[in-house]
Amino acid sequence: MIRKYIFQLIFLNLFFLKEVFAAESGGMPQLDPEFWVSQIFWLTLVFGTLYIVLSKLVLPKISANLELRKSQIQENIEAADKQRKDSELKLKEYDDIILKSKLESKNLFNETREKTLKNINIKRDSLEKQIDEEVKKAENEIDQLRKSAPEKINKIAIETSSEILKNLIGTEINNSSISAIVDDLFKKNEGKYYGN
Amino acid sequence: MAANPMTQFEVYRIGPEIKIGTFDISFTNASLFMVVSSLAILVIFNLGSKKNSMLPNKIQLLAELSYTFVSKMISDTAGPKAKPYFAFIFSLFMFVLFCNMFGMIPYTFTVTSHIIVTFVLAAFIFIGVTIIGFIKHGFGYLKLFVPSGVPVVLLPLIVVIEIISYLSRPISLSVRLFANMMAGHTMMKVFGSFVISLGIVGGWLPLTFSVALTGLEILVAFLQAYVFAILTCIYLNDALNLHH
Repeated sequence: MIRKYIFQLIFLNLFFLKEVFAAESGGMPQLDPEFWVSQIFWLTLVFGTLYIVLSKLVLPKISANLELRKSQIQENIEAADKQRKDSELKLKEYDDIILKSKLESKNLFNETREKTLKNINIKRDSLEKQIDEEVKKAENEIDQLRKSAPEKINKIAIETSSEILKNLIGTEINNSSISAIVDDLFKKNEGKYYGN
Repeated sequence: MAANPMTQFEVYRIGPEIKIGTFDISFTNASLFMVVSSLAILVIFNLGSKKNSMLPNKIQLLAELSYTFVSKMISDTAGPKAKPYFAFIFSLFMFVLFCNMFGMIPYTFTVTSHIIVTFVLAAFIFIGVTIIGFIKHGFGYLKLFVPSGVPVVLLPLIVVIEIISYLSRPISLSVRLFANMMAGHTMMKVFGSFVISLGIVGGWLPLTFSVALTGLEILVAFLQAYVFAILTCIYLNDALNLHH
């Protein structure tokens, strides 16, 4: 590609040269050797100086600058990479911790719930037992009371009847006869007094 | 009344005549523009390398871009072996480029439009490359003239052609640059003088041409410097990595 372009340029150069030579009658100042030596001398001097200054002073500095920047950029990239990795690790750690604590809290919750439920059950059971006992006791008491009630009433009735009779007649009456009467009455009216 | 388009290439003395023996080495306008170009290069690249900031300023960027541009050009064409010659090719490229570009300013002198200047550069490159080739490969460097894979019958002819092409390198290298610069500047001068001679009525067309030519010439100025440098790299490549 470049070679082709160069060939084209050479061709065009020749074309232009011919034109210039044809147009020019006075000749080209370039071909006048009067100042050739001067030009060679100054070219050597100036170009030599330029080369020495550039190669010894300027170019090494530019090269060092470029190298320094490259290494700095590389360092920065590396540091950034490291930090990224670090933060990723930290993030993972954090996630782990969160997950772990979630699990833990779940476990704890479940445990506590179970415990509480158990406690509640136990307490309820004992409470129920207690209540049952109480109820039983109460029922027993009531039963006892109920059982003993007629006797007491009979007794009271006998006592009251003997008192009343004593006051009315003025003499002691045999308790056994009174109790026989009361028992007889009681048996007749058993359903009436207690409603059940 | 059109000025001679070749007067712009005339060399004249600035200051006194300096002579060493019979040789006249007076300071001329050509010398002046060599000095100006070199100073411009040194100033720009010195400013561009003065301080190294992480974020380069414009002039530093310019210097570093030029550096990497030339560096890449050399490593692409001549490989890593050409690294010791980087400074030379860089100076060469910059010198030719700046001389060409300074020539684009009106009323200046174009150093590279003189065959003697380009020829000295080309001859130096030619001799240098030849010496490097012989140092690196000894007489094996002569294998450059014997391409591999050519029928034996054609070999004498090919060798002669190769030798001629090799010997014509300094001529082609120097004439290419010199003729490009001279032709471009002559043409611009011719069109410029047409503008004057055709006046306000007819001068617009050559003026348009002149403007377009200026753009073209700036391109050519860069391109020729580039071609000069890259051909040097190619020649150097032949000398460093001998494989034909």
